[in-house]
Amino acid sequence: MLSKEEIKLIEKEMAKFPVKSAASIESLKIVQDKQRWVSDKALAEVARILEMPVTELENVASFYNLIYRKPVGRHVIHLCESISCWVMGLEDILGYLNKKLGISYGETTEDDRFTLLPIQCLGDCDKAPAMMVDNDLYNNLTTEKIDDILQKYQ
Amino acid sequence: METPLTKNIIKGKTIDLKIYEKSGGYQGLRKAMSKNPEDITSIVKESGLKGRGGAGFNTGQKWSFVPMGKDAPKEKYLIANADEMEPGTFKDRLLLEGDPHQLIEGMIIASYAIQASNAFIFMRWTYQNSADQIRKAIAEAHEAGYLGRNILNTGFDLDIHLHVSAGRYICGEETALLNALEGKRAIPRSKPPFPQVSGLFGKPTIVNNVETLCNLPHIIDKGKEWYKSLSITDEGGTKLYGVSGRVKKPGCWELPLGTTMREIIEEHAGGMLDGYKFRGALPGGASTDFLIEEHMDTVMDYSSAMKAGSRLGTGTLVILDDKTCPVGFVHNLEKFFAHESCGWCTPCRDGLPWVEKVLNAIENGEGVEKDMKILEFHTSYLSPGHTYCALAPGAMEPLQSALKYFREDFMKHINEKRCPWRNNYA
Repeated sequence: MLSKEEIKLIEKEMAKFPVKSAASIESLKIVQDKQRWVSDKALAEVARILEMPVTELENVASFYNLIYRKPVGRHVIHLCESISCWVMGLEDILGYLNKKLGISYGETTEDDRFTLLPIQCLGDCDKAPAMMVDNDLYNNLTTEKIDDILQKYQ
Repeated sequence: METPLTKNIIKGKTIDLKIYEKSGGYQGLRKAMSKNPEDITSIVKESGLKGRGGAGFNTGQKWSFVPMGKDAPKEKYLIANADEMEPGTFKDRLLLEGDPHQLIEGMIIASYAIQASNAFIFMRWTYQNSADQIRKAIAEAHEAGYLGRNILNTGFDLDIHLHVSAGRYICGEETALLNALEGKRAIPRSKPPFPQVSGLFGKPTIVNNVETLCNLPHIIDKGKEWYKSLSITDEGGTKLYGVSGRVKKPGCWELPLGTTMREIIEEHAGGMLDGYKFRGALPGGASTDFLIEEHMDTVMDYSSAMKAGSRLGTGTLVILDDKTCPVGFVHNLEKFFAHESCGWCTPCRDGLPWVEKVLNAIENGEGVEKDMKILEFHTSYLSPGHTYCALAPGAMEPLQSALKYFREDFMKHINEKRCPWRNNYA
C-alpha cells in the first residue's frame, strides 16, 4: 500500500509534465525513498496512478541501476567499479568489504544492516578508490578508512 | 592565463548568487537579452565553441537547426546534460558544485537563443551534492528575477527543472536522455528526426553538456574574438582537463584548449608516482583510443587528438602505468560497456558481453590464440554505422588501440597461461 504522502508526492511530480507517465522514474524514487525498495505491489499501484501498463513501468524500473526491485538493507554501499578506481586498488577494497561484511555483490548482511552493490563511475576519479554509502560519498579509500566509515551506519 | 570557467571556484565551497554577481555574473545574460536570439546563435557559432561532452560538434551550429520565428512550434526545450558518467570523467562535477549559477546563466542564454520556455537539468543520481547546490541556485535565480516570468523585463519566460536520474550510462546519449526524461526506458532513438527538430515530447530540443553551457556567459560578455584568443590552437576557448591514475597530483584544471598531453601529465598532474612508468593514456574517458609515449607532445584539441588516432572526448585522461595489466585494464572497461549496453540493438547487446568474456578468459590465463581474432573481429563488427548509437563503437576504441599498442602483453597472457602482473603481485 502506498501512503497518502507518497501518493501526494507522486501527484505533484505528475503535474510537471505534459503526460503522466513522464513522472515514472521520480515516482519509483519516491516509493523507494519511503520503503527502501520497490515491491511488485507498490509498482502496480504506481502504474495505476500514472495510468500506464504495469509491464511498461516494470520495463522502466528494471532498466535503471538505482531502482531496487529486491529488498535492500538499512544502508546501501555502492562501490565504484570504474577504471580509475580499479587502477587505484578497487580489488583490495572489494575483497576487504566482502570479508568484513561476509557478503558479495547483491547480498545483504544477516542483520539487515548493509547491502553491497557495484556502481559505475562516481565521478571522483582523482580521489580513487571511491564509494557511496546511502547518499554520502567517500574517497581515497583504504581498508583502515572503511572501518571508520562503516561505524557511522548502524 | 585566463580561466573564466573556474575563476570563482574554491575547493569545497559553492559560490552563491551575491558572490557570483560581484564577479561579473549575469552580465552576459543582460547583454544577451539586448540582442536578437538569432544573433546569439551566430556569435556562439563564430566563437568556435564545440560540445564539451565528447562529440565536439559546433554548439552554435547545433542550435541553428532549431526552427525559429512565427511558424516555429511554441513549445521548445533546452536540456543541460549533467549525466556525467563516462568512466574517468569528473569535470562537470567541479562546475556543478563550485559555481552552479554559471550553468544557470548559460542555460538562460541558450534557452533565449532558441526561444525555449522550459529547460531541464538531467543530473546523475550519484551527484547528490551537485543536485543540492543546483536546487539552491535555481531558487536564488527565481528570487532575483533571472528565472520565471518576464525575465529582466524582456518579456521572456523560462523555468528550469532539475531531474535526478536513476542511473544508467546510456542516459548520457542525447536521444536516450530524452526517453529517460519522458519516463521511458532509456534506449536511443533513431535519427532523423534530430532532437533539434523533434526531441522531448516531440518538440524542438537542444541538449548541451554542462561545460559547454558554462562557456556561454563569458562568450557573450567578452566577445568571440576574446574567446578564440583563450586557446593555443585555432579551436577557441579553455578546456577542463583532468588526470586520474598513478600520478603525483591527480586532479582537474582549466587550461587553454590545445595544451599538450605532456604538460597536462608532467606539470599539472606532477608526473608519474615514483616507481611507476607511463605506458599509455585514454585521453578523454573510457571510450577513447589509447595514446602512448610517442604521442606525449600531442596538442590536446579536437583535431590533433583525432590525428593522433584518438579523440579529445571529455578531456579527462586515465593513465595506464607499467605495474597495471593492460588486459585487466581493458577488461574493466569492456565489463562496464557490456553492463551498460541498453540491449536495444543486437551487435551491441551480444557483441560486448562476448568481448568481455574473451578478455576475462585471457586475463585469467585461459585465453587461446584464436581469441585475438575474435577481439579484432568485434572492433570492426561494432564500428560506427553498425549500431544504433555510439556506445559500442566507443567501447571498441580502447580495445582496438590496446590490441595495437599492447599486443605483446595480450600474447604473453595467452602463451604463459597467466596474467604476468597478477602473479607478480602474489
